[in-house]
Amino acid sequence: MEWFETWGLTLTVFLPLVGVVFLGLIPKENEIALKTTGLVASIMAFVASLILIARFDFSSNTYNSYQFEVSETWIGAINANYHVGIDGISLPMLVLSTFVMVLAVIYSWNHWDEPKNPKAFLILMMILATGMNGTFVALDLVLFFLFFEIVLLPMYFMIGIWGDKTPRRIPGFAKEFETRLYAAIKFFLFTLFGSAFLLLGFLALYFESGNSQFGRTFDIPQLTELGASGAFSGTFAFLVFGAIFLGFAVKVPMFPFHTWLPDAHTAAPTVGSVLLAAILLKLGSYGFIRISLPILPEEAMSWAPFIAILAVIGIIYGSLACLAQSDMKRLIAFSSVGHMGFIMLGISTMTDIGINAAIIGMVAHGLITGLLFFIAGSMHHRYHTREMARLGGNIKLMPVMGGILAFTAMASLGLPGLAGFWGEFMSLVASFNPLPGLSLGVFRSAMVIGAIGTVLTAGYMLWMLQKVNLGEPGDEWEGKELHDVDRFELAAWVPLIVLIVVIGFFPKIIFNSTTDVVTSLVDMAFNPETTASISSQIGG
Amino acid sequence: MGDKDLLVFQIDYLALAPELIVVATMIIVLALDLILPRPKKYWTATVAVAGTALALVPLAFLVFEGEVRSMFDGSYVVDEFALVLKGLFLVAAYIVFLMSHSYIESERYYQGEYYFLLLASLLGSLVMASSRDLIILFIGIELVTGPLYMLSGWRKGDIKSNEASMKYFLLGILSTAILLYGMSFLYGLTGEITFEGLAEATAGMADEPALIMAVLLMIVGFAFKISAVPFHFWAPDTYEGAPTPITAYLSVNSKAAGFVAMLLVMYLALPDVAEVWAPALWLLAALSMTIANLSALRQTNIVRLLAYSSVAQAGFMLVPFAAAGVAGADLQEAFAATVIYLVIYAVMNLGAFAVVIAVTRNGRSGELSAWSGLARVDPKLGVLVAVFFFSLAGIPPLAGWFAKFAMFRSVMIAGGAATVALAVIAAINAVIALYYYAKVVKSVWLDDPVAEFAEDDDERPAGSLRLALGITVVLTVIIGFFPALATFAGEAARVIASGF
Repeated sequence: MEWFETWGLTLTVFLPLVGVVFLGLIPKENEIALKTTGLVASIMAFVASLILIARFDFSSNTYNSYQFEVSETWIGAINANYHVGIDGISLPMLVLSTFVMVLAVIYSWNHWDEPKNPKAFLILMMILATGMNGTFVALDLVLFFLFFEIVLLPMYFMIGIWGDKTPRRIPGFAKEFETRLYAAIKFFLFTLFGSAFLLLGFLALYFESGNSQFGRTFDIPQLTELGASGAFSGTFAFLVFGAIFLGFAVKVPMFPFHTWLPDAHTAAPTVGSVLLAAILLKLGSYGFIRISLPILPEEAMSWAPFIAILAVIGIIYGSLACLAQSDMKRLIAFSSVGHMGFIMLGISTMTDIGINAAIIGMVAHGLITGLLFFIAGSMHHRYHTREMARLGGNIKLMPVMGGILAFTAMASLGLPGLAGFWGEFMSLVASFNPLPGLSLGVFRSAMVIGAIGTVLTAGYMLWMLQKVNLGEPGDEWEGKELHDVDRFELAAWVPLIVLIVVIGFFPKIIFNSTTDVVTSLVDMAFNPETTASISSQIGG
Repeated sequence: MGDKDLLVFQIDYLALAPELIVVATMIIVLALDLILPRPKKYWTATVAVAGTALALVPLAFLVFEGEVRSMFDGSYVVDEFALVLKGLFLVAAYIVFLMSHSYIESERYYQGEYYFLLLASLLGSLVMASSRDLIILFIGIELVTGPLYMLSGWRKGDIKSNEASMKYFLLGILSTAILLYGMSFLYGLTGEITFEGLAEATAGMADEPALIMAVLLMIVGFAFKISAVPFHFWAPDTYEGAPTPITAYLSVNSKAAGFVAMLLVMYLALPDVAEVWAPALWLLAALSMTIANLSALRQTNIVRLLAYSSVAQAGFMLVPFAAAGVAGADLQEAFAATVIYLVIYAVMNLGAFAVVIAVTRNGRSGELSAWSGLARVDPKLGVLVAVFFFSLAGIPPLAGWFAKFAMFRSVMIAGGAATVALAVIAAINAVIALYYYAKVVKSVWLDDPVAEFAEDDDERPAGSLRLALGITVVLTVIIGFFPALATFAGEAARVIASGF
């Protein structure tokens, strides 16, 4: 298995792309072969990521030392390399990505939104998988950017072709558009707008590193080293952080860049929404932890209160927006804005507790909201409506589905004992005591407002449960054949339910991977001594 | 070299071999056209394709040899830079020939003359890439455009084609006159025609009004050739009326030739007058990107849309040079970025036009509305449309992203307020451009098929067209993942920038 040390990550990233080649060769009519190929490719990537866990050395888990590292020349002229590697932060994200992809393929086995065409849909899913896995392992800014952007095209087509076909009036336009068309281009333009600035930020880092011992470099470990030694500072670094912030903030999304999210999530086909919520959003928050914080620590500190404020606005705004929804899927979409707010609040505290909270929050949100979107999709499949007012009494018509929905909603509102609890709770704990030097006033207010947000979250989730699950079924469903969950749905959902419970009781399985590396990240980037010397300089 | 052997030149036949092969091909094509009976005239196309491919052989040899060959007192130079451009011109022309084959034959045009004229234009671009004095440059660039006046009117029965030819001819001649007028000023002021001599003679003359006028006149002349705003008015009409393969040639070869000519003159002959030409180029770049992109948003005809898109792309290509010139930065990086952009643009734009030919080959018009739902009828063509148009928009992992990347990179090197402003304008324009490129893809993939084209016809595009599509799509995807394939061209461009 020695070869796995060098090939493991490459396999995890590119096995789905190999699947694309095979899918392309299989004729469109042969659906069984197509689905099997998709399943096999995604399972192989998942298995590869499990072997990564098995061979991962958890004992030497410090920041900026990566395992399974590979570095090959890629674009020599600009010193960009195919540099990949993982540490305790990227490992859970990578496994989450490969895991959810397998479940998505299983679920889609007999759930195809119009106009069906499994071949095209599976090809898009596999390209998406490569982009997502690649982002979590890339250690070169150009490579990171490439993977970060690869996900755009498949998602655009998923929303645009298989998305919601209800006509909708868009302000400013005379004629009505189908929701899918509007949502797809909005998603695309927003993200592209952000990534244009992301690219400018990366290039600025590249040129600024020209005076260092490494020469001009896109290498993340090298830039991290430079960042920790204070190579990037002043107005320059302030602007670069701003540009990179914009790129990631659109992806997360943070208030006020979130407006693409409700449209995209609601319009996307079920599997598209699941992948968007479970993994795509994490590319943004992961970028903050991997790139913004370690490379530009000083600027991260000066931007932190601003990020914290936007995060709590997101929490409150997301919750209130949920309470105003009548569409179940749109409500779940808005709940993502709130949950991602907690994750960003955790990151903005710049402490080990906060960043750990963010990572477990990302995993939990991926599992829980992914499952919620699965359920919303399946219910829409049966009722052909997402209007909560019409769905009442669901648990009487479909007891198992209703039960799973109740469980997931509880997990989503942060019930202790389930996965969602840890991220919210620890974010709030961390903001009581942020990194020394950050404004206590801002963060403690953020904590109080965030705590109110948890109450609101519980409020809208219970409100949704009450409207959808409880009450008497409407007359319109009488005599209709409404079958409860089928085996493909169970096969896709049970693993998620199990993990939500397991992580709820044993958060250690995530922290085991993240704690050491996050602590050393915080030490390295925000070394108390450095912080002290800076404040003494200001004082003197 | 002394005066006595002024007229005795050593001719390096190996260095001239690509040009000579093209000349020989031209003659054979013309002779074949006389001999062959009508049904066999397609042989002229075969010969043209073979001749172009053959010309690549000595070119490859010269590249591997890597020696700079200079002739005619340094007026004609074959170095790495010239070779890379000649390679680009030859490959692009090769693809255009492949695209032309079925198109021209199905319409029963004058095949022999068609290929003869196109080869003549190709010869012009090869000469131009090696030119290092004003006269050879002028001959080269006019040889590029001259045959195109006729070729753009090749669809004689079509009034739009006549209009295309006439507009292109009148404005082209006007621009030639302006260009020549500027060149004559330059010669009058300095008494020099070689770039080297001009560079020496113009040093420190930036305040001379006559020189400023000469430079501006030349920029106007070149701006017509590359169809930069505000000298782009001929482009949409000519592009729409000309036969589609000629439009592809106009937007790639002829534009690239104009670009190279302009950069050669500005950089090699007028390096010390940068304070005059750089702001002018800055303005051209900003205007071209913004106005062409905004106009493209309103287009409903694919070819017109591509016409405006190519004007906008010319704006993006001008950015590195304008930025470096304004900031007074090293022009090497700008040269490299522009050449990388040119190479990638050539591949994806040719691909886009090949797709247009493939889609319109049986009945579908070039109107966007006729393209809706194409992917459901013919998914393969649908994928090609998505690949080329998203690549033009610069979406990773397709080749276009690296062109934009190289452009932004060279701008960031230059630094300075005016440069950053240009970078921001370019960034905003990249997002605007996405909208209309995505509009085409949306129509093809997301809209319902038009009733009259809802049936799949089994007739596949002709073999030569499939080959053209194959080459361009493979290059577009591979360069996207391995941009190193394109950076070698940029590296070669540095040769010229560091050689002086």
